[in-house]
Parts: sequence; C-alpha cells; structure tokens
Amino acid sequence: MGVLDSKVPQGPLAEKWVNHKNKINLVNPANKRNIDIILVGTGLAGGSAAATLAELGYNVKTFCYQDSPRRAHSIAAQGGINAAKNYQGDGDSDYRLFYDTVKGGDYRSRESNVYRLAEVSGNIIDQCVAQGVPFAREYGGLLDNRSFGGVLVSRTFYAKGQTGQQLLLGCYSAMNRQINRGKIQSYTRHEMLDVVLVDGKARGIIARDLVTGEIERHSAHAVVIASGGYGNVFFLSTNAMGSNVTAAWKVHKKGAFFANPCFTQIHPTCIPVSGEHQSKLTLMSESLRNDGRIWVPKKLEDAKAIREGKLKPTQLAEEDRDYYLERRYPAFGNLVPRDVASRAAKERCDAGFGVNKTGEAVYLDFSAAFIRYGKEAVSTQKIENASEEQIRELGKAVVEAKYGNLFQMYEKIVDENPYETPMKIYPAVHYTMGGLWVDYNLQTTVPGLYAAGEANFSDHGANRLGASALMQGLADGYFVLPYTMGDYLANDIRTGKIPTDSPEFDAAEKNIRGQLERFLNTKGTKSVDYFHKRLGKIMWDKVGMSRNATGLKEAISEIKALREEFWKEVRVPGTIDSMNPELEKAGRVADFLELGELFAKDALHREESCGGHFREEYQTEEGEALRDDENFMYVAAWEYTGEPADAILHKEDLVYENIEVKTRSYK
Amino acid sequence: MNLTLKIWRQKDAASKGGIQTYPLGGVEPDMSFLEMLDVLNQELIDKGEEPVVFDHDCREGICGTCSLQINGEPHGPDRGITTCQLHMRMFKDGDTITIEPFRAKAFPVIKDLVVDRSSFERIQQAGGYISVNTSGNTQDANSIPVAKDNADAAFYAATCIGCGACVAACKNASAMLFTSAKVSQMALLPQGEVEADRRVLAMVEQMDKEGFGNCTNTGACEIECPKGISLENIARMNREYLRASVK
Amino acid sequence: MAKSALLKSSLAKKYWMAFTGLFLCLFLVGHLAGNLQLLVSGVGARDQFNEYALFMTTNPAVRVLSIVTFASILFHVIDGIIITINNRKARPQGYVSFKPSTNSKWSSRNMGVLGTVILAFIVIHLINFWGEMKFGGLDDTVYETANGETVKDLYTLTIMTFQDSEMGLIWAIIYLIAMIAIGFHLYHGFGSGFQSLGINHPKYNTFVRRVGVAFSIVVPLLFAIIPFYIYFVLEKI
Repeated sequence: MGVLDSKVPQGPLAEKWVNHKNKINLVNPANKRNIDIILVGTGLAGGSAAATLAELGYNVKTFCYQDSPRRAHSIAAQGGINAAKNYQGDGDSDYRLFYDTVKGGDYRSRESNVYRLAEVSGNIIDQCVAQGVPFAREYGGLLDNRSFGGVLVSRTFYAKGQTGQQLLLGCYSAMNRQINRGKIQSYTRHEMLDVVLVDGKARGIIARDLVTGEIERHSAHAVVIASGGYGNVFFLSTNAMGSNVTAAWKVHKKGAFFANPCFTQIHPTCIPVSGEHQSKLTLMSESLRNDGRIWVPKKLEDAKAIREGKLKPTQLAEEDRDYYLERRYPAFGNLVPRDVASRAAKERCDAGFGVNKTGEAVYLDFSAAFIRYGKEAVSTQKIENASEEQIRELGKAVVEAKYGNLFQMYEKIVDENPYETPMKIYPAVHYTMGGLWVDYNLQTTVPGLYAAGEANFSDHGANRLGASALMQGLADGYFVLPYTMGDYLANDIRTGKIPTDSPEFDAAEKNIRGQLERFLNTKGTKSVDYFHKRLGKIMWDKVGMSRNATGLKEAISEIKALREEFWKEVRVPGTIDSMNPELEKAGRVADFLELGELFAKDALHREESCGGHFREEYQTEEGEALRDDENFMYVAAWEYTGEPADAILHKEDLVYENIEVKTRSYK
Repeated sequence: MNLTLKIWRQKDAASKGGIQTYPLGGVEPDMSFLEMLDVLNQELIDKGEEPVVFDHDCREGICGTCSLQINGEPHGPDRGITTCQLHMRMFKDGDTITIEPFRAKAFPVIKDLVVDRSSFERIQQAGGYISVNTSGNTQDANSIPVAKDNADAAFYAATCIGCGACVAACKNASAMLFTSAKVSQMALLPQGEVEADRRVLAMVEQMDKEGFGNCTNTGACEIECPKGISLENIARMNREYLRASVK
Repeated sequence: MAKSALLKSSLAKKYWMAFTGLFLCLFLVGHLAGNLQLLVSGVGARDQFNEYALFMTTNPAVRVLSIVTFASILFHVIDGIIITINNRKARPQGYVSFKPSTNSKWSSRNMGVLGTVILAFIVIHLINFWGEMKFGGLDDTVYETANGETVKDLYTLTIMTFQDSEMGLIWAIIYLIAMIAIGFHLYHGFGSGFQSLGINHPKYNTFVRRVGVAFSIVVPLLFAIIPFYIYFVLEKI
C-alpha cells in the first residue's frame, strides 16, 4: 500500500462501519469544550459537520467566502437526494444503492466508503425531515420519490427543482441553532488562503477578511476542508462564480495528496453556450430526463436546416428524429448515467447533427410526456371525448407542476417557450469526482486535516450518479466526521489552545501576504478573467469530454506557459486592505493554473476510459468506454513536490470483494 | 446595443458615495445583466480603473447573493427573477440604466453596490430553526405524515433565497416578507409547530432590533420577490405572533 | 417577552393600527346611518334628526362608544405617526431612482398623507358641529325636546352651514375632498387591517378585497352627497 493507508476496518462489508464506530476513541463531553475545529466551506458537507460537531460540544469556527453560509453552491442542486429507504417497495436496499454507486462510478471508488454512504443514506432523510426540510409528499402525507439516471429504482427524494436549497437551509438552520448557542462562530466573507501545520499536524488556517482585507490567523486542533469541487478550472461550468480550488490546492501544497483530478463530471443537460460573453452555464435538472426525450434529427440536411433557422423542430416527423439514447441504450434509455449521456450528445454533435447555431446542442423534448400525462389526467378526471389539444393542455399542467420552475428558468435565459418547442441542451462541466485523497475516516494524508463532500475524492469513483452529491455531503458531515474526528481528537485533550503567534503561523501569513502583494505589484496588461478564460478553453478543448495523449501533452505545456505568462502579465487593480474581488479571483486562478496541469497529467497517465474520463485511444468498437482493470484499478493520489509536472504518483489499489467487477452496460 | 449606465460608486462603508456615469457599447441582448457588468468591468480594468464591485455567485437565481436596484426596482424590471437572470433583451438600445445598492439602515453599504445583509443572518439565528439534534437518532421520516397542502405551502415559503429584494422594494425597508417566510415554513410543519411561539417572538424581536421598518401592507415585496413569496406568509406571521404574545 | 411584545413590537403597532382602523370603519357606518337622515325632507325631518342627535349625546352606551371612538382616532393617529417616523429611519439614505408605482398602489404608499388630510378634516368637522354644539350657546337655534328641555338645534345648524350663501358650497367642496381622502385611505386600509390581524385566506381574500373596495367607494360617496344635497336640492331655510 505504500504511504497510502486507507484504514478500512476489517470484517464483512455491512459490519465495517458499526464495528469501527464501536472501536474508535471518543472524547468526553467536558473535554470537547477544550477542542477547537475549523471548517472551511459551509455547504452541505461543511455546514452539516459544523452543526453536528458544535452540537457534540466542540468549539467550531466556520469560514465561507459568501456573505451567508446559506449561499454555498450546494444550494443550486436541483433534482434530489438519494436514499435507500425503499419506500416505494421497488426492491431498493443499502446493497443496491451501494451496487449502483460503485457501478455508476465505473469501479473506481472505495467499496467500504460507498457502502457506508448507502448505510447512512436513510438516516439523512430522517434527519432532514426532522429539521423541517419540505420534501415533496403524496396526498397520503408520505414522502414522494422520483428516479434518476443510472438506476432501476425510485429512491430520489426531492423538493421540486430546488432540493439543494432546501437541504442546505435545513443544515443552515441547524448551524444557526449552534451559532445562537455560541458554539459556532461563523466567519462569512472570509476566504481561507492557507493551512498551517505545526509538527506535521493541521493546526489552523490563514484567512482573509474579504471586507476589510485583513489577513487573519485562526488556530484549531483539526481542520476540515469542505470547500467543494474545482469545476471552475474550465472557466465555464455550472459551478458558482466563486467556486474555487484554493483551499484544497493550498492543503495539497502542504502535503495532502490530490486524488484522481481528471475524474470530472460533464452534465448532459445544461443550457448551451450562447456567446463569447458567457460567464457561466446553467444546469437543467437531470430529473427532466424522467419525462423528456433526447433527440437530434436523423438526417444531416434537417439538422443543417434547423441550424439555419429554416426548419422548426416541431415540424420534423417522428420517423425523422433520432432518439439516440433510446436507440443505443434500450434498457436505460434517456436515463443512462451522466457520462454516457454526455458523450452520446457530443458524438451526435461532432457528427454534425447539432441543432443550434454553434452546432452544439441537442433537443430535450416533452411532447410525449404532455400526451402521456394528459391521458392520465383525462382518465382520473373522467373527462369524456377529450380532444388531442385538451389532452396536451392537461399534460402540460402536470409537467408544469413537476418542473415549472425549471421551464421558467429556461425561458428566461433562452427566450424560447419550452412548452411549445423542445428545449436545447448540451453537456457542461458540473462536478468533480476527484479531490483530496482521504482515508476511511475522511482524513487526508496530513494528520488532523480532513476533507468532506465534493472536496474529497471518496465515493463516486470515475462518475457520480445523479442525486448522490447531496447524499454524500450530508453523510460526511452529519454521520461520518463527527465520529471519525473524535478518534483523532481524543489524543488532543491535553494539548490546550493552539497559539497563533508561533513561527509556523508567522511563516504562513508572510507567504500569503507575499503572494497577494505580488499580484498587485505585477501591474501587467491583462485581467485575471483573460487568463481564466484561456485556461478554460485549453481544458475544455483538450481535457474535456474526450481526451487523447497528444492533446493532453499539448494542454500540459500550454497550461504551464499560460501560468508563467499569468505571473508576468496579470493586472490586479485595487489594494490589499479593502474589498477587492479582482484580488480574490487572482488567487483562485493562480491555483487553477496549477491544478489544471495536474489534471491533464492525471488524465494522460490514466491510459483507459472510465466514467467521466474518456480517452479516445481506449474505446470499444461501438464507441463505449474501455476500462483497463488490470492496470488502472487504483486511485491515483498525487503528492506535491514543487511543480505540478513533478507530482509523484501514489496508488491505492481498489479491491472489490463484495461486488463483481463487470463492464458497465446500460444497454 | 449602446447604454448609459449610472452606477453608485462608494469606496467603503465610511465614505460618501455618488452616482457615476459610464457609457457602454457592444451589449448583446443574450447577455445577462451581470455579464453586461462584467463587460463594463473588463473595460474599466483595461483603462486602469477600479472595477465596479457587486455581489454575485451562482448566477442561476438560487443563491440569493446578487442584489442591485435597477432603474428603481430590485432585480430590475422583469418579474420572478434575480438580477443574474435578468437579460439585456429587457432593455433597448440607447437606454439609461441607474444601478444602485439595496437601501436600508439594516443593509449598510460595504462598497459600491455591495451591502451587508448580516441582519438577515441574525434574524434566523435568533430562532429560525427546529431544535433537533443532528445525530441521526430521529424517528423514521415517514412516521409523521404531513398533509400535502401544508408541505407544499411550507415549501413555497421555504423557497425564499434571502436576497433582500423585499426590503429594497419596500418603501419602509421592512423585512416582514423575509421573516414571515422563515416563520411560516416551520410553523406549517408538525416538526416545527412545537416551538412555533418561541420562534416567532424571538425572530420578530431580532427583526425589530435590526432597524427594519414596519410593514404597511403595500405589497411591493410580493411583486418584487424573485421567488414570488406570498403576502399570506406575513398574515400567517401576524397570526402566529398574536397568538404567541397573548399566551 | 410576551407581554412587552404586545406593546412595543412592530407587529403590535400593526395590530393596534388595524384594530382601531377597523373599529373606525364601524363608526363610519354608524355615523353615516345617522347622517343619511338629513336626506329626509318635510316637516318631521328636523325633529327626527334632533331626536337622534339627542339620543347620541345622552345615551350612556353611546357616550362610552364615542369616547372609544375619540380614543381610537387618537391612537390611530399617534400610532401612525410613530410608524411613519420609524419607517423613515429605516432607510436613511434614499434611492436616486425609485419606482414604487411598478409594484404597489398609490393609496397604500400614502396612508400618512391621506391620514393627515383626514385628521385636518376631523378638526374642521368638529369645530363646525361638535364645537358649535358644545360651546356655541343657545342663541339662534333652539330645539325643544319631548321633555321640554331646550338644546341646540343640530339639524338647523347643519342645514344652515351648507346653505350658507358665502361658505355653503365651499364647505361642501372641502367635505368632498375629505371624503375622497377617506375613500383612498379606506381603499388600502380596509383590506390592510384584515391582513395585519392575520386574516388572510386564499378562499376569502377576494371577498374581503371586494367588500373593501365597495366600502371605500360607497361610504365616502354617501357622506359626500349630503352637503351637496343640502346646498342644491333641499329647500332653503
């Protein structure tokens, strides 16, 4: 195993977590009062961990760059949260959720972590309901479910199209309760810029107050990074504008290994790019694939006519449409996992069947759903001799009740009415499965430094299934960290308060101040966004939905050159001691410019196709991903040594004892 | 299209601010309002000036970070959206657009168009939660059925994104719509009903302390709310509070 | 907390505003019912109205009610002033551009102004009649009650006021303006009162709103008709 010890407990899979909890150390309540914990990021993972740790009695400090913990980007998750409740009685179980997640992740995740995730998933729903999360319900008063891509059961709990916001508000309210008790100190508009190690252990952070510009020192006995993913390395993504890799990257540079950076999820249903000015991409929930059918024209000339505006999609006859997902994957149809759906869309568009001006869009069509729901409504409302039009209208009303807000959002952005004409969608960067390497306890390779939620790499392998991100964030925060951190902190009950005037804090602060001053003093000619956009373009073109060795090698050298140019040519206006968003962005982009290179390096080294990582050299004759289990069934954890190019690879071999490793098929 | 932007610039909380005028060309109808400001900022940076600071994050209308009073209305002239979802097709070539921060005593300006909305935080910290432990030792999620109508009403109240448009739109800078949405969400669910009295009293007390104005039922908040939070919530809070205070 | 909450909190101010406001609506109905007797013409009109006035000034229950009415007006005014001052303070720095007309009705935003007009009217109205009745002496118009007591003849006083050759029409117009103000005040205030007291239900909101609109038109209109009727139609005395 080398330096990587995953600390997976012994025993049968289903008993590992229970046994582990029974054996690990606990901190007694009186001692918890003497222990400080810092949490960076207040999304579902950070927020839930903060609330629970504070409730247990630890002194918690939370940091977020937003003006409120409630604004973390978990809030934007639309579709839902998975849980193996089996309320629908459709054969769901912990094992099945575990199985689906491992298979969905293309056999690149750690079995024991995924099983634990499935095991606590039901409890998450209980917890959220108790907190007042208004999940969708049926008329009987019980919780409703919907289904998501890559699975054959209905296990997704949802709150219309804003499950993320509702879960985050639940978590935030739990935080507020602890803030009110004085157990959490919430630092908003603060950005963590470095972690401070004392004797090799994480003992605090350097943060900048984004309002006053002051650089602050905060000490603690343990630090949790829950700062989300790094999708913004692509510039255009569904992430929030502020989402960044800085916290994770800074701890990586201090010794935490970065795992599988190339595993990135490209979400199939986003609103296509409209122009050069585009600042971000908007996701249309995967839940839409429950009822929407994806298609492009069958004939190239039709696609061309549509692109030129000479033909309307609604004029195209049924037989002239290619429902390519249903054609290629009859078993799962439109509900194939995200990576499969995205690649299929790209394949059709690359072949010239794209349907918008740029040729990079496919249709998501609800007309069949209107009719299907309409007929249902006609039957339940006992309407006799309903006309086609009446059926359609009734169906539209049902669809509106389900996805109304999404349809409205689409119309506002695109200026087309999706009830009348099919939506246009295209894949976009959405989620990063890779992240800080953590062991079973969610501890990184730095003692006392933990990573949770999207910031770690742990549960989704090479591809995440829909509605699993919320599940993982909350599982980590509510049910895993509060136990596993106690095991570590039990050794710290006699440590006492960590001083912030140590040489380690001095050095870290000096280093950060130096970096910030360098940005301001470079006085170059190009804005931060200029570099970010160029980085994004390299990433999207060469490290995006499909990759090849040549492109990746080019990307690596281009990113390196861009980074050097950045440090010579960047222009950051304003001062260090005031609110200065350009300065904030500069720090984030500087880190993306390093991460991007490691990302490409990881993609280059992984000579196989799996999940979100598709190497053109490794595909089946039908164009499906070709995994190489013999040589690549491992987690690639990278150790920082100075330059991304020199990062050292450590492998954590993945062992599947409870699941048969198969070629993933959704046919 | 070409626009004239009149933007409130203010160095910091202590400084006195003022409106500055910026001409801006090359604006496309497909741009979002914030993308239009990105273009302006890029120009300002290129000219060596400080860009206009404004709050924004998710740019898909859910995080509630973006604000802006645009031509006298929070989140601009369109309805049911936040500023980041406002598109330039709502404006015409040659338009003059006035952009100001949300104004209220309880929302002091931090810089340019950025205001401090931590007063909202404190209102929620005062009692906007259900006092259950997060240990997971709760009863099964389906053990208490909730009538669909109540669950839906709670959901609609909970769609509030805490952007502050209600305060900005209100001639009295009242935070009643926000506070009532938070009170309603929990009061409507059996889980939250248990401590409803304590909650509403504490939250209203904090709301008053923050220096928000009184509600005079003009209804401007409901119209301007990007999530369409209903005035019904205010009435519900009035009821809840009355009941709690006579007890 | 609960006790002081009902006196000091912003919501309590709303309750009092709504409570006194809705009570004053009831008062308006009562007052209107009395005043409409002025539209009666003929020999009995004077006696009927004066007997009614006598009842209103001597009946102990009515006395109590009138004190409550005065108190309500006073409370409504003071509460309104406090709320207005608070609301001004809540936005110390105003907008350069503010377009409330896009999201709210004029009347709802100008309750303070409308209220001030109404208050001014109440003062005038009280000087015209109540003051005249209390302190005007028994010089020219006297009404003898059934018991043989002599009291001020309110009927004649009223008719003379609005039939005055110089001021009659001016009074009528002043009263009309006041009634328009009351109309707008009620147009917002009626429904607003229900909302403030938490009476809001999707099923009944339309009903409350319609009643409010009808009330705000009909009541002031009927009030406003009376002076003009007296000036233009009623036989001169």
